[in-house]
Amino acid sequence: MTLLDTVLGRDEHRSLRMDKPLPDSLLDRGAQGVIGQPIDRVEGPLKVSGRATYAAEYPAERLSYGVLVRAPFGSGKITDVVADEAKALPGVIDVITDYPSFIRNPQQGGEKKAPTQGVEKVDYHGEIVAIVVAETFEAARDAAARVKVAYEPAEGAFVFAEHRDEADRPPPDQIPPKSSQGDVNAAMASAAYTVDQTYTTPSQNSAAMEPHASIAEWKDGKLTLHGSYQMVASDQMQLAQALGVKNDQVRIISRYVGGGFGSKLGIAPESVAAAIAAKRLDRPVKVAMARQQVFDATVRRSNTEQRIRLAADHDGKLTAIAHETLASNLPGEDYFEPAGIGTHFAYAAENRLTDHKLVRLNWLLSGSMRAPGEAVGMLALEAAMDELAEVIGIDPIELRRRNEPEQDPEKKVPFSSRQLVPCLDRGAEAFGWSARKKTAGDRRGEWLHGMGVAAAVRSNMLQKSSASVELTKDGRAIVSTDMTDIGTGTYTILAQIAAETLGLPLDRVIVHLGDGEAPPAAGSGGSWGAGSSGSSVYVACEALREKLAQAMGVDPDELTLKDGRVIAENRAVEITELVGDGMKVVGTIQPGHQEKLVRQASYGAHFAEVKVNAVTGEVRVVRMLGVFEAGRILNRKTARSQCLGGMTFGIGAALSEELVHDRRNGKVVNRDLAEYHVPVNADIPQLEVEFIDGRDHHANPIHAKGIGELGISGAGAAIANAIYNATGVRVRDYPITLDKLLPGLPD
Amino acid sequence: MKTFDYARAGSVAEAVQAGGRFIAGGTNLLDLMKLQVETPEKLVDISRLDLARIEEREDGGLTIGALVPNSDLAADPRVIEKYEVLSRALLAGASGQLRNKATTGGNLLQRTRCYYFYDTAAGCNKREPGSGCEAIGGFNRVHAILGTSDQCIATHPGDMPVAMRALDAVIVTQRGDGDKRRIPITDFYRLPGDTPHIENVLEPGELITHVELPAPPQGKQTYRKVRDRASYAFALVSVAAVIAVEEGKIASAALAFGGLAHMPWRNPAVEAALIGQTPGTAAFEAAADALLDGAKGFGSNDFKLPLVRRVLIATLRDLTQ
Repeated sequence: MTLLDTVLGRDEHRSLRMDKPLPDSLLDRGAQGVIGQPIDRVEGPLKVSGRATYAAEYPAERLSYGVLVRAPFGSGKITDVVADEAKALPGVIDVITDYPSFIRNPQQGGEKKAPTQGVEKVDYHGEIVAIVVAETFEAARDAAARVKVAYEPAEGAFVFAEHRDEADRPPPDQIPPKSSQGDVNAAMASAAYTVDQTYTTPSQNSAAMEPHASIAEWKDGKLTLHGSYQMVASDQMQLAQALGVKNDQVRIISRYVGGGFGSKLGIAPESVAAAIAAKRLDRPVKVAMARQQVFDATVRRSNTEQRIRLAADHDGKLTAIAHETLASNLPGEDYFEPAGIGTHFAYAAENRLTDHKLVRLNWLLSGSMRAPGEAVGMLALEAAMDELAEVIGIDPIELRRRNEPEQDPEKKVPFSSRQLVPCLDRGAEAFGWSARKKTAGDRRGEWLHGMGVAAAVRSNMLQKSSASVELTKDGRAIVSTDMTDIGTGTYTILAQIAAETLGLPLDRVIVHLGDGEAPPAAGSGGSWGAGSSGSSVYVACEALREKLAQAMGVDPDELTLKDGRVIAENRAVEITELVGDGMKVVGTIQPGHQEKLVRQASYGAHFAEVKVNAVTGEVRVVRMLGVFEAGRILNRKTARSQCLGGMTFGIGAALSEELVHDRRNGKVVNRDLAEYHVPVNADIPQLEVEFIDGRDHHANPIHAKGIGELGISGAGAAIANAIYNATGVRVRDYPITLDKLLPGLPD
Repeated sequence: MKTFDYARAGSVAEAVQAGGRFIAGGTNLLDLMKLQVETPEKLVDISRLDLARIEEREDGGLTIGALVPNSDLAADPRVIEKYEVLSRALLAGASGQLRNKATTGGNLLQRTRCYYFYDTAAGCNKREPGSGCEAIGGFNRVHAILGTSDQCIATHPGDMPVAMRALDAVIVTQRGDGDKRRIPITDFYRLPGDTPHIENVLEPGELITHVELPAPPQGKQTYRKVRDRASYAFALVSVAAVIAVEEGKIASAALAFGGLAHMPWRNPAVEAALIGQTPGTAAFEAAADALLDGAKGFGSNDFKLPLVRRVLIATLRDLTQ
């Protein structure tokens, strides 16, 4: 089997559409015993020894260095890019701008067309308008600072509050902006208990450790771009469209990604600038964005203003839930932060409303950031549930129990699997929830202690995804797909799935990821990566098992595969004796009727204990527990790490992360990691993660649901609720910084 | 970063005659050079000079070499025992890695963390005299409430210098002509006025060689820092306090504040409101009133006024109990 076979389509293909539940999984019958195990990352040694090559770390002959130049104004038109001084510096090769081709902003994930192009008219401060290329990085950076961008300023919309009344509803996309059933107003008017509150969340930045970076190299009319990207197949199309070339003229390689969290779903300005410069100069160009540029000109999570209305009857049963969201984006960009996405199915209630509108601002693009929708939506919904529990006078866990829906309350379809209440119950027991005081006043010295709880829900998605698996004649399995590993553990879980289904020790499975010439995968986004790409590997391996069975002359169901041996009908043979010159299958998983016939989501419960300093309002998280159910856990270690990371994100969202836009020009004011406050180690206490084992037969053949974004969903709300329990101060404007608590603290 | 010349000084005399910006740990200067906020033509590397010792003097005080790393100074047993406020202030600053590199002399000269100072697209009189102050009317959460001018509302971001101000440290320097100066820290820093780019009284080429701490003060000491996250964040407000109580009355008080002004802030009226008084709410409130006399918020930093009052009172309560 050769690359040529793949190109010519001579590989055997096997495809599976999720049209019906699949209760039987090879992973429950595997003999290798690796699935689910807390196995270390297979690429870990490469990463900790510096041998894992990230985007900007590839050598290239005659490599040149590009540094991007920004527009130093918030709205207007460029009249000139004055580069004489820059070009005169020793080592500077050229200063390039291409107004029509440079991209105004990054593209959203999964889009198959170019992002908005054209930078002569500037729509936000920091927009990338030129690139300086030099023989050294130092010369390019010095020169870039000397380029003067002359412009005519224009009016802009820089302040959310000043334009919120102009909000409009974006056109329906995959996610409809509005849904409604029953009559929320009537239910509110006749309810025994109500909550009607507005919560706000700020713009946020993913702050991935690795900045966006690309090395572009053209050869024979074809571009190879080493980039730091999450969705290689669609990113290739976006880049080809932006450059005006055919899709097959662009190959993106993204083997290792130093964190993405959504910020690398679509192509960003550095890739297009590097590709244009490399073509014009006929030599490879490397561009790594500076941290400030990542803040200025990649993508933010939108700020939101969310009004939540809850109505309940005398028994504490919800009669209405309304979740209305205002978010923001650039003119012409219709992505909206879908804050109400979890509200569709989190709780039962007859009368329901979710709505989303966009405020058009001259701020950098808003797009997906870890758990788009739920991450900020549950900061509002789960705080409101806490408020309602207090109004009714019942325990917040009890309130959630009373409103557990039997089926999807909007679509009236069954849940594929749902263990929210077991997560809450298990968490309450493990955390010692019964020790929580009902009202504020647990003061220990200067510190006020409190506990909070919040539910976590996160939609589960399956995306079309392909992978080839080759059994080589020396008895190894080679998995190949353009799927990415953005630090989540993809390399490891794909190896585990292949090892388990093919009965191979892990060190005999080789996983190649991130090359756009490999079979196209779902990419890393929306927590669908493991379920989708894992299932594609599973489908391929299942076909390979059939081929092995055929070679052995037995029924595939009778096979036991372990440690490279194939056992059936009291015979055991080495796998190498059956594979001939090699066997290869390309497996593809596709979403099917199960998408509509059941409601798929993963669930969890967050418990937080905080202490708030009564003098200063400083908040410290004392401990936190997350109990999660996400179907089959493929690797207890990498899954736990995902949850820890999500909970840490949640702490940041609750307490400290806020991208500030200057009210005069919209620019990001706090554009480095000293002033954009992601939590540091000292902010993170002992975090505990527990899993409730599950199997979701509707989700995919490996029965796993998404987990990467589950840990953040609801996490910050548990902290907000704990702060209220500690202080009696309800801050509805995230992040809950000390200045917002001070006025309510005791003298 | 602009191309620059580099010279390594073999002696203090060589350093002060080399004619360039001094660099030791580089934890602040290099960052600013990368952003082209600082564009020195020449760097004079003083990191190999013999200025990394802490010595006891006959008067009971300490002489600290300008190159003593923050970590070492914080961990020195004499500092921990007798100048607790300084050790605590040092450990409240930056991160472990930065404290290992940052030096005593350099830390005194750390530049502001004003967002607009750091952004070369913004008007900033400190970075580029005459270009305006975008912090006024902009986002100014970390900015000053005392001693501001209409040209600049930046703060000094340091912790160590705040403790040194409470301890009445003396900054020892050498000038290009070989003259040595002993500058009390009270006279060392400048308010922004019309020249916010001039932050202290050092002359061009003048090198800090040592910091002298007087004999240890009487009473209890502490350093309290309030910030937006538990570590690696600059002070919103900090207090360095040394208080002695004798026979039920406050006998002496030294109080310096970080996060409030263009310099580590100390106001004799605050201490005067305390000395001779019985510790208690009345005296503490009077001290806070004296501190905040003339204080002014600029919008996003208005909270600093009530915050520093609360922190001051709590600190005084702690130290006088």
